[in-house]
Amino acid sequence: MKYKLDEIVDYKSESSFEYTSKELKSGSDVRWCAGCGDFSIINQVQKVLPTLGIPKEKITFVSGIGCSSRFPYYMGTYGMHTIHGRALAIASGLKFARPDLSVWVPTGDGDCLSIGGNHFIHACRRNIDINVIMFNNEIYSLTKGQYSPTSKPGQVTKSSPFGVVDNPFNPSSLALGSGASFVARAVDMDIKTLANVLERAAKHKGISFIEVYTNCVIFNNGVFENFRDKKLSKEYTITLEHNKPLVFGAENDKGIKFEGHKPVVFNINEGNNSINDAIVHNEKDSTLAFILSNMTYNSDLPRPVGIFQAIELPTYDEVAIEQINVAKKKIGDDFDLETFLRGDDYWQGQ
Amino acid sequence: MDRPKIELDEVTLRFAGDSGDGMQLTGTQFSHTVAQLGVDVNTFPDYPAEIRSPEGTLYGVSSYSVNAGAKVHTSGDYYDLLIAMNASSLKVNLNYLKKGGIIITNNAGFSDKILGLAKYESNPLEDGSLSDYKLIDLNINDYVKQKITNSSLSVKVIEKTKNFFALGMAYFIYNLPLNYTEEWLKQKFKSNLEIADINIQVLYAGYEYAKNDERIKNTYTIKNAKLKPGYYRNITGNEAIAMGLVAASKISKVPVFLGSYPITPATEILHKLSEYKSYGIKTFQAEDEIAGICSAIGAAYGGYIGVTTTSGPGLSLKVEAMGYALMAELPLVIIDVQRVGPSTGIPTKPEQSDLNLAFYGRHGEAPLPVLAPSTAYSCFEMVIEAVRIATKYMVPVILLSGGYIAQGTQVLKIPEVSDLPKLDINYYTDKETYAPYKRDKVTFSRPWAIPGTPGLEHRIGGLEKEDMTGNQSSNAQNHQKMVEFRAKKIEAIANDIPDASVYGEETGDLLILGWGSTFGSLKTAWDHLNSKGHKVSFCHLHYLNPFPKNLGKILKGFKQILVPESNMGQLAGIIRSKFIIDVLQFNLVEGRPFKAIEIEDKVLSILEKGNN
Repeated sequence: MKYKLDEIVDYKSESSFEYTSKELKSGSDVRWCAGCGDFSIINQVQKVLPTLGIPKEKITFVSGIGCSSRFPYYMGTYGMHTIHGRALAIASGLKFARPDLSVWVPTGDGDCLSIGGNHFIHACRRNIDINVIMFNNEIYSLTKGQYSPTSKPGQVTKSSPFGVVDNPFNPSSLALGSGASFVARAVDMDIKTLANVLERAAKHKGISFIEVYTNCVIFNNGVFENFRDKKLSKEYTITLEHNKPLVFGAENDKGIKFEGHKPVVFNINEGNNSINDAIVHNEKDSTLAFILSNMTYNSDLPRPVGIFQAIELPTYDEVAIEQINVAKKKIGDDFDLETFLRGDDYWQGQ
Repeated sequence: MDRPKIELDEVTLRFAGDSGDGMQLTGTQFSHTVAQLGVDVNTFPDYPAEIRSPEGTLYGVSSYSVNAGAKVHTSGDYYDLLIAMNASSLKVNLNYLKKGGIIITNNAGFSDKILGLAKYESNPLEDGSLSDYKLIDLNINDYVKQKITNSSLSVKVIEKTKNFFALGMAYFIYNLPLNYTEEWLKQKFKSNLEIADINIQVLYAGYEYAKNDERIKNTYTIKNAKLKPGYYRNITGNEAIAMGLVAASKISKVPVFLGSYPITPATEILHKLSEYKSYGIKTFQAEDEIAGICSAIGAAYGGYIGVTTTSGPGLSLKVEAMGYALMAELPLVIIDVQRVGPSTGIPTKPEQSDLNLAFYGRHGEAPLPVLAPSTAYSCFEMVIEAVRIATKYMVPVILLSGGYIAQGTQVLKIPEVSDLPKLDINYYTDKETYAPYKRDKVTFSRPWAIPGTPGLEHRIGGLEKEDMTGNQSSNAQNHQKMVEFRAKKIEAIANDIPDASVYGEETGDLLILGWGSTFGSLKTAWDHLNSKGHKVSFCHLHYLNPFPKNLGKILKGFKQILVPESNMGQLAGIIRSKFIIDVLQFNLVEGRPFKAIEIEDKVLSILEKGNN
């Protein structure tokens, strides 16, 4: 049966493939604080999207609540600003209903991992084809500075004047453990890595989870300084590249190798060491992805950025829609409503 | 022996036993058989929330009521015949057996142990306490074992057929044919014909047994309903809702998306719609109730008829998302199959206590349309109506069904497709004239523009929106305006729904005012009162927000108004505040439907007082 929306789903226009970053601005005043890391992310998103061959009208941003979730208002695409924590549930319905759309969820550490934690793990488990950009600033900002599920133990905030008691989530490990097929991390200031993971996420089939370290200038300024600062980041971060050895440092003189099952830092140029001792990254190795993700919060190790994992798995939307297509074939293209209403167990009144 | 055959207008039976005794199945078979003969049937299953409660216990009793006759609206007040497969099922159900009614018992279920579990101090089959009834007691297990002698199946499996023995007896007593059940068994067990065969043998054995038991003094026939020509089927309210959604989708050429989380007694709608994949229905079993409604909201933004199904506790969880959908002005159908609350309450028992939540249960000024089906067939009609209102007015609509009509069955005359309402649902595509919150002058509805439409890219959200553009706005005057628009939209629906109708005189001393799933009991009561010449009228509401436009006038026409509800007076409260009139309440929260006789007694007592 042909639905009225099939016309819109099937609509193909040449011109809508060609649009500029500028056309992706909605024209609404952007109300983030000056110096907020969110600006960097929206700039990269607006830069990358026009290069992907997705018609503008097929792009939809769905967000929850928080600073990051204002994102759809600033995009010149379709968008929904919804309820705190629920963006992924809404986006899942939209994507399953409309697999022709490119669905993006900008979210925050509170929105995604605290109030929306349940929807997050289930979206990962289903591997539904949605792109999630989680702006992690390790603080609740829109509510003016309470600790979040990624805040550090001991951190003093308005709601933890004596220090945070909770342990933080490691978002990438949570995503991997929940079954997400694409998991990456970027830093707001490192636009090269950010642009790369955004592009790769958009092209990935299945759920893509990108954690972006985002500086909150007002309530948590400087928390990511080691990873944002050009100089410091060379020592404190390591960029994961597929099929390349794990090397970092200002002089590229340090590597990560295994000691037993533990990753440790070693100096490439010392003694008999060589770059060949370094672990070679493999995006398709989910065991390695877990190990690398678990380097997070280990102060002896650099913080990994880039793509932890990118593997191909069946997606919810594809499999569920295939079930429907197979079922539809049994009754043909259309069905007779009266026969349907009658069912199998009817009788005729005289 | 020859027995007199007596024709009855109406009979009521109750099949009762342990949860594992197959009483739901036996009752269903009986109801299907009588329905095939053109008799009107209404049924109600009554079972515990637990899957298999401990054997023989009072709380493990599972029952199925069948009311059959020329025209029936309920599953019946008091039974003519009770089949009790054990002592507990006798104890639980005896209160509702008519004096002089027939009891068929399986004595195998009256062991000392089970009598103890049933809290009987002496065996009621032997102590004379059942002398007001016609007792036909026998050890069905023994008869079954005598009948099935050379079978490869275990004794345990053979004994499980005992419900069909009892069914065979009931078929004899009511002069019913066995072939419908026989065919059904052959179909059901076509992969294991031996099971089919022993059940059929036992069914016939029960029939033969009854023929020879001289304690059965009469047999009965049930008056035919004189149904209009056409096709008929038995249907539950939940099935009717699922069918109605398929019909709405087909008529409107708009696909349906159900986001749902399993909950009693609404789950069958999810089951049914999940079977209907070949009809293009998409179902999403979400991780929780919130994701159920939220996924439906996402689908609605994508151009689908978004639907979510739930019961009380789930409705509580969906409240915030309902507010969002009304703010975003997206079409959505929220189906609440009400059950006993608050909290987990009694999950399998019916109540009408979510009306206040449906009316008022959102923060902010957030009115929503509320509809309530009255019968299984009405579930079919009203869900289509909910789709019509939701899509025409771009608004979430709450449909308040109830456990009683959702799980009970009714004979349905299958509607002609040409008689179904037309649903003209369109997406907005015109770039030149589009504004996300530009409103229709009559309906106050906004245009439905969906992703994929070039040039109509727009943002919606839960922040207050600027009139026309939909941009976020904290402007005070704009907020006032938008709140008023959202209220006017609901009010406008009143111009687009049928007037309420009154059974009996349009004015008078007393009006019975009901809503939703109590219709059967109220209509039966009114029929009885009316046929006895009592001056009383009856009005039943399917539209609760907004009310039908003529309701105020109807209410003013009566000196007294009685509002019977399965809650503590929720409609009564709304009527009082809306129309500034007082009403008399009649409230029952025993986890069961009203009995018609209870309504009749109440009405008579009011009429008597009026005459004094």
